[in-house]
Amino acid sequence: MCLAIPGRIVEIYSDNPDSALVDVVGVRRKIDLGLLPDDKPAPGDWVLVHVGFAMSKISEQDAADQIHTLRMLGEMEGAIEEVKGYGLEDLN
Amino acid sequence: MPMRFVDEFREPELISKTVEEIRRLAGTERHYRMMEVCGGHTHAIYRFGLKDILPGNIELIHGPGCPVCVLPMGRIDDGLAIAQSDVIFAAFGDMMRVPGTQGSPLEHKARGMDVRIVYSPADALKLARLNPDKHVMFFAIGFETTAPSTALTMMRARAEKIRNFSVFCNHVTIIPAIRAILDSPDMRLDAFIGPGHVSTVIGCRPYEWIAQNEHKPIVVSGFEPLDMLQSIVMLLRQLKAGQAKVENQYKRVVPWEGNRAALRAMAEVFQLRPYFEWRGLGFISQSALRINDKYSEFDAEQRFEVPGIRVTDPKAAQCGEVLKGVLKPHQCKLFGRECTPEHPVGALMVSTEGSCAAYYNYEHRKAAMVGLSSIA
Amino acid sequence: MLPESAPTRFRDPQIEMAHGAGGKASRKLVEGLFAPLLFGPAPGPLGDAALVDINGTPVAITTDSFVVKPLSFPGGSIGELAVNGTVNDLAVAGAKAEALVVTYVLEAGLPTPVLEAEVRAMAKAARDAGVRIAAGDTKVVEHGKADHLYITTTGIGPVLAGVSLDPRSVRLGDKILLSGPLGDHGITILLARGELDLEADLRSDTRSVLPLVEALVHAAAPGIRWMRDPTRGGAATSLNELARDCGLGMVLFEDQIPVRNTVRGACELLGLDPLHIANEGQFLAVVAPEYADAAWNALRLAPGGNEARVIGEVREQPAGTVLVTTLYGGSRIVDMLVGDPLPRIC
Repeated sequence: MCLAIPGRIVEIYSDNPDSALVDVVGVRRKIDLGLLPDDKPAPGDWVLVHVGFAMSKISEQDAADQIHTLRMLGEMEGAIEEVKGYGLEDLN
Repeated sequence: MPMRFVDEFREPELISKTVEEIRRLAGTERHYRMMEVCGGHTHAIYRFGLKDILPGNIELIHGPGCPVCVLPMGRIDDGLAIAQSDVIFAAFGDMMRVPGTQGSPLEHKARGMDVRIVYSPADALKLARLNPDKHVMFFAIGFETTAPSTALTMMRARAEKIRNFSVFCNHVTIIPAIRAILDSPDMRLDAFIGPGHVSTVIGCRPYEWIAQNEHKPIVVSGFEPLDMLQSIVMLLRQLKAGQAKVENQYKRVVPWEGNRAALRAMAEVFQLRPYFEWRGLGFISQSALRINDKYSEFDAEQRFEVPGIRVTDPKAAQCGEVLKGVLKPHQCKLFGRECTPEHPVGALMVSTEGSCAAYYNYEHRKAAMVGLSSIA
Repeated sequence: MLPESAPTRFRDPQIEMAHGAGGKASRKLVEGLFAPLLFGPAPGPLGDAALVDINGTPVAITTDSFVVKPLSFPGGSIGELAVNGTVNDLAVAGAKAEALVVTYVLEAGLPTPVLEAEVRAMAKAARDAGVRIAAGDTKVVEHGKADHLYITTTGIGPVLAGVSLDPRSVRLGDKILLSGPLGDHGITILLARGELDLEADLRSDTRSVLPLVEALVHAAAPGIRWMRDPTRGGAATSLNELARDCGLGMVLFEDQIPVRNTVRGACELLGLDPLHIANEGQFLAVVAPEYADAAWNALRLAPGGNEARVIGEVREQPAGTVLVTTLYGGSRIVDMLVGDPLPRIC
């Protein structure tokens, strides 16, 4: 059900546009792109591979955003704590 | 060379930072019970040792999302019965050691049956192409993650006019399983870690009733350590704010609306069975797929005689309660004694991502370690 | 009691493939049936090689059968495995292979060029390993009764000076060393079978580890407690056997375990653990802490040992078990598999 791995599209086969070669750190396999007809992956794109089929295109932007959010974790709270420390609410 | 989209989400410093945030949010006052629905998440929790780093007041409860575990023994017998007569039995590796009443597929192979492990339903179709004088039966399992690939394979078989191929369909759907959990009277859950890969197909909308009707937050989560930890952060924030909504942590892969083409393929080939038996959970209506009349030529249950005998589990096996998260694996009387991965009695020990097998393989001897307390 | 009358504990009604996979099922067969009948009531820890005393000289002797499909694969063939496998079993027993004898079981219908290629491969492997193939035997069985060719090799050689190996000598704080990356052989074979339609630039790691063992012995002989070549069943199986034999815990550091990218990729794709995958050119050694640095340096400087690492250490807990730990504080038990590792999709 759940084992799906990111892979990079190496080439789309000329005799079958639904068929592509995907690379997972040097391991290669033919996969079926038939579940992504509306947003066809191109060589260089990253896809999520499950049982030999591409399930979804991986958004590099969303991945980067996520890492950024995680890096910022705790900094927001830290900033709030610091502002609280200024005692501004006592002025009211 | 790092694995892209994998190693970034296993980065030790970021993990420690996220755990710090979890500790800060979780505090010490309240006990949180979160269920991860999907067997892949159960496996990830153990593989990455996440319980070791989470605070003790966060309890992770394993849900029923293991398609191998919930398959009744009778269905395995049925599939193997079809393959007796000079048919090539093709299935994922996950199925190979699952016992039927007369043994597992691998044991049948040892006795002379032609049993092949495939990585993809497309490989099973390829076997049919390469062996035109034999029939190839693909034993299909999985939730909505895998069903579209099975569907597309049958569509391809039709387009190529391949006649010696059929599918024995055991695909099940995730929402009825979650409903069965929430309907269970012993259930005390605060929140759900939602299935990540099923959601690439069905999207996030199907979970809205969990938030709106049952008032439980659910975060659709990826499978790397940072994914699951971030999902826990998101759930804690909701719980502390008294919120209950569906959120998508696995944005880089899961579209909110799901994969329409995959859903179309499923609708083209499958229809819902009125009811289906889930091992450990009993009969659940509208919870499983069968091949529809349009594609009946590929339906192994139409092309072959199927015994259809129900096989019940021994009463002593408490799989149902463990599946619903009411009991922990080691609390079942048979765990580690009559029931081990080598000789599994019940459903949850037969698959490596079943809660009992995962706990047995990765965890239970840790509990005996001095200084390592593990609230399972 | 006569040895042939000893009670056995093996209860499975028939032999299954799992019994040959090197994991729990294999162990049950060996410990439950072969050991009580052949080795006597209390044989002690079972190693790959046996030490016999010939007029006061300790000599190691070992035997192994080679059954592999396909016969030939990137990086080698059954012939090389047959030589290196036995040379390695002797090496990790602390012995230098002096001579091998070999038995071929041939299937009628085996094309002669195939046989000749394997025999040439064995001759070359023996020369590369510095061992003499002294004698042999051949049998032919009917077509369908053997997968083309089975090879059994038996090797004998003197124990290297200063080496005394016993799992019961393992102590808390000992270091666990590994000679090089895990999983090359098993994944190569899996891919070569063609069932999974995967391709990778990967070769079997089959080689003689004797030169590395000699370098290790030269630098750290008094500190070496135990060695093993992790073949079928992988490093997890070898270390679990050691953990059981000495009653201590083998704690591994995941970030220190060398694995090639392609092996890692195949394992992630198929849901496999490199610790369970067979190796044919690597060995594990447990070394006393005061010798660990010298041991590691010696390995790294020896030809073919540059990827050697200290991958873990011996601790009290979890007793009798192998534990893998991560940099962020997570851990998991790694058990022996029952049978061969199977790819999964869930």
